[in-house]
Amino acid sequence: MISSIKIPAAPELSYLLRLADTCLISGQRLGEWCGHGPILEEDIALSNLALDLIGQSRALLTLAGERSGQGYDEDQLAFLRDEVDYRNPTLAELPRGDFAFTVLRNLMLSTWLKLMWERLRDSSDAELTAIAGKALKEARYHQQHAADWAVRLGDGTEESHRRCETALATLWLYTPELFEDDSVDAAATAAGLGPAWSQLQEPWLAEIGEVLGEAKLAVPPAPTFRSTGKRGLHSEHMGYLLAEMQYLQRAYPGGAW
Amino acid sequence: MVAVASRAESAWAALNDVLDPEVPALSVVDLGLVREVIEHDDGLEIVLTPTYSGCPATEVIEQSVLDAIDAAGLGPARVTLRRAPAWSSDWISAEGRRKLLDYGIAPPGPVAADGAMPIRIVGRRAAAVPCPRCGSEHTERLSAFGSTACKSLHRCLDCREPFEHFKPI
Repeated sequence: MISSIKIPAAPELSYLLRLADTCLISGQRLGEWCGHGPILEEDIALSNLALDLIGQSRALLTLAGERSGQGYDEDQLAFLRDEVDYRNPTLAELPRGDFAFTVLRNLMLSTWLKLMWERLRDSSDAELTAIAGKALKEARYHQQHAADWAVRLGDGTEESHRRCETALATLWLYTPELFEDDSVDAAATAAGLGPAWSQLQEPWLAEIGEVLGEAKLAVPPAPTFRSTGKRGLHSEHMGYLLAEMQYLQRAYPGGAW
Repeated sequence: MVAVASRAESAWAALNDVLDPEVPALSVVDLGLVREVIEHDDGLEIVLTPTYSGCPATEVIEQSVLDAIDAAGLGPARVTLRRAPAWSSDWISAEGRRKLLDYGIAPPGPVAADGAMPIRIVGRRAAAVPCPRCGSEHTERLSAFGSTACKSLHRCLDCREPFEHFKPI
């Protein structure tokens, strides 16, 4: 067993980790579909989405490691942190659910990421700008894929519509966290690193509303519940996800393919 | 007087034979992955721009590039990755597009000008990609993702053959 690395409490580092972990943890959840997709094409699609997201997180974690001043590399950051040091919004870590749940979460996160990458092209950090330029192209494709399926399932059979409604009702509870600012956003905005998350809310609601409308799905009411994953306070599902994701590096420190 | 190829020119020639592991019809030069070859005093620097963030072939390509330079006897070399500007399928050469077509993969069309790309809510037949075998535009998309992240899966409704399309990004 190898001990965890410690993450300095620097707001700009947290900003990068929030984004990196959103990609990493979504990628991990999507990877769980490999071999379990409802049809072969979607099995391949979900694995490809996972690869893109993990690739994006690798670039971001490498950058975060450089900025941390601790000399951490992408693998140490991905596998050797304690749960409280992962900064993804809770939405990303929820169990993958059924295909409707995965499609709608992909729609929410890919739309959010697309809007984020668009804005990060103007970051004061040239490396982050470069990562954003590449990731944006991928996020657009992910969003398109999720939107296609959201419409097909939402405006599909009685059963697919019902499953979408059920998934949407749960997922929606975790969306406010994607748009709430705190001191991390304030520091990132002041440094020109990236936008405050609240800036994404209006365009996100517009794009999600458009797709849900086409999918014959009603936008749920605004939740009062607030999830807190991005502050390191995760749902009960996160520990299980990390146990599986970290197992190899913890049991065989430095193990490589 | 015999013109002697510079080390960089020889390197480009050697890289022309390094095939992409996932699209083995094309070399890394055809794909536009090789951005620059720089001659330094202490060796060659090959600048690569990866195609997709999560492309699992990136590390293999780096190694193949170094092996090719080594095999050509061009001395020490290193690979650096350049992320910006991001790789675009517009960088695939005319030669590369011809090779893709011959290989049975529909080459990518031009990438739409960067800017607002509204979500397209349409049926599967909307953006018809011409069939690389019979040329028919009467085709449909079967899946947004093919055997690799860079390709999508289509079917020709005339000759009935399935085919892959290199996605424009």
